[in-house]
This record gives sequence, structure tokens and C-alpha cells, in this order.
Amino acid sequence: MSEKTYLSSHLREYGMIMALVAIVFFFTVIVRASIDVDFLSAQNITNLFLQNSYVIIMALGMLLVIVAGHIDLSIGSVVGFTGAVAAVLTVNLGWPVFAVIPACLIVGGLIGAAQGYWVAYWKIPSFIVTLAGMLVFRGSTLWLLNGQNIGPFPRSFQSLSTGFIPDIFGDADQVLLGMERLNGTALLIVVVAACLVVWLGLRKRAQDAGFGVTPEPAVVFWIRNAIVCGALIFVGYKLAIFRGLPNVVMVLAVLTVIYAFFTEQTTSGRRIYALGGNEKAAKLSGIKTERLVFFCFVNMGVLAALAGMIVAARLNSSTPKAGAGFELDVIAAVFIGGASMTGGSGKIVGVVVGALIMGVMNNGMSIMGIGIDYQQVIKGLVLLAAVIFDVYNKNK
Amino acid sequence: MTTLLEMRGISKLFPGVRALDHVNLSVEAGEIHAICGENGAGKSTLMKVLSGVYPHGSYEGDIVYDGETLAMKSITDSEAKGIIIIHQELALVPLLSIAENLFLGNEVAKAGVINWPLAFQKTSALLQKVGLNEAPTTIVGKLGVGKQQLIEIAKALAKDVRLLILDEPTAALQENDSQKLLDLMLELKAQGVTQIIISHKLNEIGRVADRITIIRDGSTVSTLNRADISEDRIIRDMVGRDMAHRYPDRTPNPGEVLMEVKDWNVFHPDQKDRQTIRNAALTVRKGEIVGIAGLMGAGRTELAMSLFGHSYGRNISGEIAMGGKPVDTSTVTKAVAAGLAYVTEDRKALGLILDEPILRNISLANLAGIARRGVLNQRREAQVAEDYRRAMNIRTPNVQQKVVNLSGGNQQKVVLSKWLFTDPQVLILDEPTRGIDVGAKFEIYNIMNQLAADGRGIVMISSEMPELLGMCDRIYVMNEGRIVGELSRAEASQERIMAMILNSVGKAA
Repeated sequence: MSEKTYLSSHLREYGMIMALVAIVFFFTVIVRASIDVDFLSAQNITNLFLQNSYVIIMALGMLLVIVAGHIDLSIGSVVGFTGAVAAVLTVNLGWPVFAVIPACLIVGGLIGAAQGYWVAYWKIPSFIVTLAGMLVFRGSTLWLLNGQNIGPFPRSFQSLSTGFIPDIFGDADQVLLGMERLNGTALLIVVVAACLVVWLGLRKRAQDAGFGVTPEPAVVFWIRNAIVCGALIFVGYKLAIFRGLPNVVMVLAVLTVIYAFFTEQTTSGRRIYALGGNEKAAKLSGIKTERLVFFCFVNMGVLAALAGMIVAARLNSSTPKAGAGFELDVIAAVFIGGASMTGGSGKIVGVVVGALIMGVMNNGMSIMGIGIDYQQVIKGLVLLAAVIFDVYNKNK
Repeated sequence: MTTLLEMRGISKLFPGVRALDHVNLSVEAGEIHAICGENGAGKSTLMKVLSGVYPHGSYEGDIVYDGETLAMKSITDSEAKGIIIIHQELALVPLLSIAENLFLGNEVAKAGVINWPLAFQKTSALLQKVGLNEAPTTIVGKLGVGKQQLIEIAKALAKDVRLLILDEPTAALQENDSQKLLDLMLELKAQGVTQIIISHKLNEIGRVADRITIIRDGSTVSTLNRADISEDRIIRDMVGRDMAHRYPDRTPNPGEVLMEVKDWNVFHPDQKDRQTIRNAALTVRKGEIVGIAGLMGAGRTELAMSLFGHSYGRNISGEIAMGGKPVDTSTVTKAVAAGLAYVTEDRKALGLILDEPILRNISLANLAGIARRGVLNQRREAQVAEDYRRAMNIRTPNVQQKVVNLSGGNQQKVVLSKWLFTDPQVLILDEPTRGIDVGAKFEIYNIMNQLAADGRGIVMISSEMPELLGMCDRIYVMNEGRIVGELSRAEASQERIMAMILNSVGKAA
């Protein structure tokens, strides 16, 4: 099989990466030309991750929900509510951070369970249940906060979103590389990560050959890895010369790896895809479909709680409006990432790239000073275009 | 008699397949013309060419209709000529009324405003024509399939039909509804409507058809006149070989009892008081193929699914023993653990995940078999699928192929592989050869014989009696939710099975 035919049969996957690269390139050029600002500056890259971490985190959970054939509209409100819970516990009641974080995650899980119960065991459409949840938890947020902002948070809580991984190499590397504030830990981590990506890719290639699957042509494989690793190391270097790896990026990376592993390599992950592909057939194959749907919603609730705390820590206060509209960004990221509207397909990597595309566009347009009105129009059109591209590809 | 329709040298290519190869069909005005052929022979493709579903230019050959050569671009064109096709799957909107359905897309309206009184009046007249005594406002979904079929015909009449094509119209009908439909066909013939019927049911063809054209592998084999129609001749032409060789030879060698079911009672899932299975009892021995015969709605699938993880019904009571020990089969997982497998009659809706590749479908019911502590071993998964691909002769370039792209026979082999990978002692096969072609049927029969020879027990549910007679060592006869008789291979015949069913009618209470 030639490189060309291989690429055209896997257009969706490569198209995503190419689109992301193109959008980043576009903004780099445009931002430089129009307002003479470096889009890829260390500070902006750090900001990009801090601003979008919550979307990516929730998109991981939303992918599971959507793959299972459902939707969760309540997560924006859950973000607000768990942020409020965190504020009340830390600021009003003076709980320590190490107790607040698990407490909030549990609250998120319970919310997910309360909604998942009706969806999974009573077969109430998830659209209805979570639309109700959206209203209920927005209202609860208002009630809990008494309609006011609560803050500020102690430093330890803020570090959840504004903290950086400390540099284990101390001063040594400053001397070594003759540069100020170069963060050795950050560099080490991204180099190790890049090596891991290549190693896992090579292993998978060898495995595929063993299965009789058409392997990715060598040229395509190396170009793709060069782009991915190049981007990784570039981003890592930029972060290193600024303040190092943000805690949030580490959390993101670890979660992405865990969810990619879960969806592709475990029996439970596989069962969620089966359930979304054909629920009746899955059930008749001995799969406990109700339990899996329930799990997807609980998991979504926990991730929404994590996002809620990150958002609260970033704003350094809990507001009644926090998280409003987040569900739309997250759902859009999942569909841009290539998940099917009817369930049964979609990949973690795609979703992360989808979320990054949304994030880069948000960030780039804001820097350029494009009004929120145009921003929304453009994001809407991008979502539509991505899905049309999907459908067109399928029918071809 | 004049010729109304002449299809000459019709050929239709699909990527890699020649679905039709110079088919000729000639239909005379006012006759009922039957088209026979195995599944996949090309009957439906031919009718799609005729009705404009495949537009002019996408096939070779000529269609001459009423003296004029047609070049139709769509169904609208064919309907304008009075050629109307009624598909196997009815195209009615269940939530709308009869009147709304009859004139859907063809409303009795002026400037978009519907004239309801006139529409109702016309509806009543059409309903009378097809012998259906229902109000025009009745919601279609509330009617049985038989009546819905009549509404489809009324819908065709509303469009001034001249050539009516019925694709397996009685496939889903009960006996008396079928008879009514056939009567209606004869009546329409008397009124001058030319008709083409596609059917597998030879007795029906014998009753209504004036002539019959037999298609095999995309080519016309023969056209017979009424006087020459005989079942043997039709089957020989359809299959291309004699009846005697339709089932592979096998020497049955039943061993000890594998599965025993006693006092099995099941109630309807929605209607609490309706009992769908009454005191069913059956045994399956090692190496035995046991058939369950019965008409549609006799409760065969319901029995099988209730046994397999209580997948059907409620208030289920009774005992199942495997190898002499009582087992619990109240969930699918438990049933599989007990050594039971159920291959569904509806493989697309209930058996397969169509958009997933073969290997993922095969491993689905036994993911633990390819995993360690919940982590999948994908190399092993591919190996397992590859082994079954060879053993079952699943025709596919590789096991990464999505099952939606496979033919019916190969899909069925994937479902069988899935269940064999759970290593069951007893397999319940529900209509295992439905919708697959003759060659693949023969392969499925061979697989069944092999499984029996390996010492597994097989329960085969089938609506095709010759198949049961050809394959089974023993046949249970079911009717109205009860097992009304049991016949050994030597005793069994189509007549005796029918007699058992008919004698049991109404004795249920």
C-alpha cells in the first residue's frame, strides 16, 4: 500500500494533527504580523495549558459518556457547584487542602451517580436527566454561595492550578547551560515522554505486522513521530525557560495516559465501546451494560469536580457563574476529536487534540483582540466543519 | 395477451460482484408473475432496477414497458408510470393514521392545505377495495402486520398502479393473513392489475402465479408456465442440485444427557398476566442435534432467550440442569459460565457490533479469555480471531475488516465464532441459516455436525421444516408456548409436525 492511499484511508486521524499544526502556525504568523507578539512565547504556552486544562480533563470523561451513547449537559454546573463546595470547605470551614480535594471528588462522584442511576437503570434519556442536573446544580451553586463570591483560597489550594513542578536539579543546570531559570525537571520529563512515544509507536508497529494489519508506512510513521516529538520537546523547552511544568500539565498528561490505556487496553474500556456500538448485542454477550453506563457518569462527575477545583483555584475564588457553558466547549472538543454522535467510536488522543484545537483558537483569537461575538461564530463553524468532514469521509 | 414489461439482458455490477448477468424477464399484461431464487440470487436487485432505485445508466440492458423503452432516474419516475414496489420492510409511519399514510407525499391538497373530508372519503373507498374494515383515522402502528400489508397495497392503488411488485409479502404474516393477501392479489388481477411477486413459499406461488421465472446467481434459469410448475422442478432450478444433497451426511452418536430443562414457565415482559411459555421441558444429549419446530409466534425464540440469562420475559420459573447438576442461568454471564450459548435469529440487531472489526466481535463474549487482570492482550485476540477465520472459513482479507462489510453467511460465522470462543457445552442456534445463501448454509450445517461430533449439544430453532428434518436427531414441536410433541428422526415428517401443531390449537387452556 502506498503512502498516499494509506493517508487517504486514515485521513481523519492525520487531518486532526495537521489541522492543529496549521492552526498554531496560522496564529503564530498572524499574531506576529498584526500586533507583533510571539504567539509561541513561553508565557503564552503556559497560559494556553492553564486556560484549557479543565476542558481537556472533562473531555476525557465526556468521551466515555459519548462512546457509551449518552451525553452529559450538567458538567458546567457541576464545575460551579464543586468549586463552591471547595470554597465553603476551605474558606468558611477552614478544612485543610488534603481533605478538601478528596471531599470534592467524592461530591462529584455522588452527583455523577445520582444522574447515572436514572440513565442506566431507569433508561431515562441522558439528555433529559443531565439537563435537569444542569439546572439543579446551577441553582445549588447559587444557594451554596448565597449569590456571592467566596475567596481567596490559601496558597496550597491555588497551587492546584497555578503551581509548578519544582526543579529537582536546583541550580546545577543554570551553570551547565549558562541560562537563567532553565528548568531541568521539565526538560527531562518531556525528553523521556518523547522517547516513550517513539518506543510505544515502534512496539505497536511490530505488533500490527504480527496481526496482519497493514502497518503505517515507515515514512508516515517517522514524519508523524517527528512532528509529535518535536512539538513535545519544543513545548517542554518553552515551559522550562519560563517557570517549568505547571502542575496542571502533569495532571493532564497522567490522566491522558491513564484514559488512553483504559479505553484501548482494558476489558472494561472495550466493553464501553461495545455497549455504544450495539447495546442489545453487548447485553446478550454477557456485558453488564447498566453498570458500565453508571460508571461512565460517576467518572464524569469526578472529573468535573477536579475541573471545578482547578477553575476555582485559578480564579482564586468561587463564583456563582463559574463553569457556565463549559459543557458546550467540552462536547464540541469530543466531536471535533472524531467521536461518533451515535456512540461506539472515538479515541482519547483525538479528543485531546480536539480540545487543543479549541483551546488554541480561543487563545489566539483573544490575543488578536477578536470580539467574543466573532469568536463564538468561528468556533461554531469549526465544530460544524469537523463533523461534516467526518460524515463526508464516511460516505466516500 | 400482450406483453406489458420486457426486461432484456439486464446486467448490474457492484464493486467486485456481478449481481445480475444478462437477466431476461417478460411479464404479460394482467398476469401474476412469480420470481423465485435463493437469497442473494439477484431478485431484489432486479426489482430495484425495475423500480428506478438504481437509475438508468447504472445498469446494462433495456426495460421496455408498454411498448416504450424506459430510462428512469428515480422511484418517482417509475411511480409515474404506474410501477409500484412494496418492499419487504414496510414503509409506513407507525404514528400516523391510515389516511395520512395512504397519501403521504401525495396528499389530497390544494396549495398545501389538506382537504380532510375528501381524503377520508378516498381512504374509505381504498380500504374497501383491499377488504380492510378500519376507520381512516386509525393509527397504523396499532394494526397487525397483516393489516399493514393491506394498507401498503391500498397505498399503491391510490397511485393508480398498473404493475404492482410485492417483495416477499407474506414473509412476516400468519397463515390466515397470508391467505387473505393472496385472495386480494387474485382480486386485483381480475381488475386488471399486473403483479410480480417475489416469494420463497412454493405453495403460495402455486396458488396465485400464472408463470414463474427462476433466477440463480444473477442469471435467468427458466420461465415456467402454470402447467409446468412443480416443487421439485422449482427447487432443482433454484438450487442447481437435487434436494438429497442439501444436508451433509452424518452418523449421530448421542451420549449422556447434557442439559435438562423442567417446568419452564415464562410470562410476557409487558403484559403481566400473559404466559408465553408453559411448563416447557426438554433434554439435550452430548453430540445430539435437537430441533424445535413451530410456527411464528409459537414461543421458540422466547423459550431460548429466557433460558439464556433470562434475556426475555419476567416471572421466570423452572429448573435447568447441566450434566446432572442444577445451574443458575438468570444472567447472561451465569448462563455462559454454566456452558450455554445462544446464537440469535437477528444477528444484525442482537448478535454483532456491525461497525467493529471481526476480531473485536469474536472476543466480545469472552474478553477474559484474551485478558489478564483486566488488561487486554491484543496479540492473543488477533490470534484467536485468525484461528476462527481459518476454522470457519470466514471469507475476508483479514480479521480487521468491519463485520458490516461481510455477507450474511460470513457474519453468521463470526457470531458462531464468538460463542465457540466461550467454549459452550450446549449451543442454541436460532434460525442459524436465515438470510444466507445456499453455499453458506451448507457450510453452517457442516459446522453444526462438527460441533456435535466434538461432543457438544445443539438446539436448532428453525422455521424451515426441511432443514430441521435434514439436520436433527430429534425434534420438539412447539405451539402457543408449549412443547406439544417430540419426534425422533425416523418418525419426523412435515405432515406429522403440522398435524401436531394443528391438533394442539386451542387446547392450551
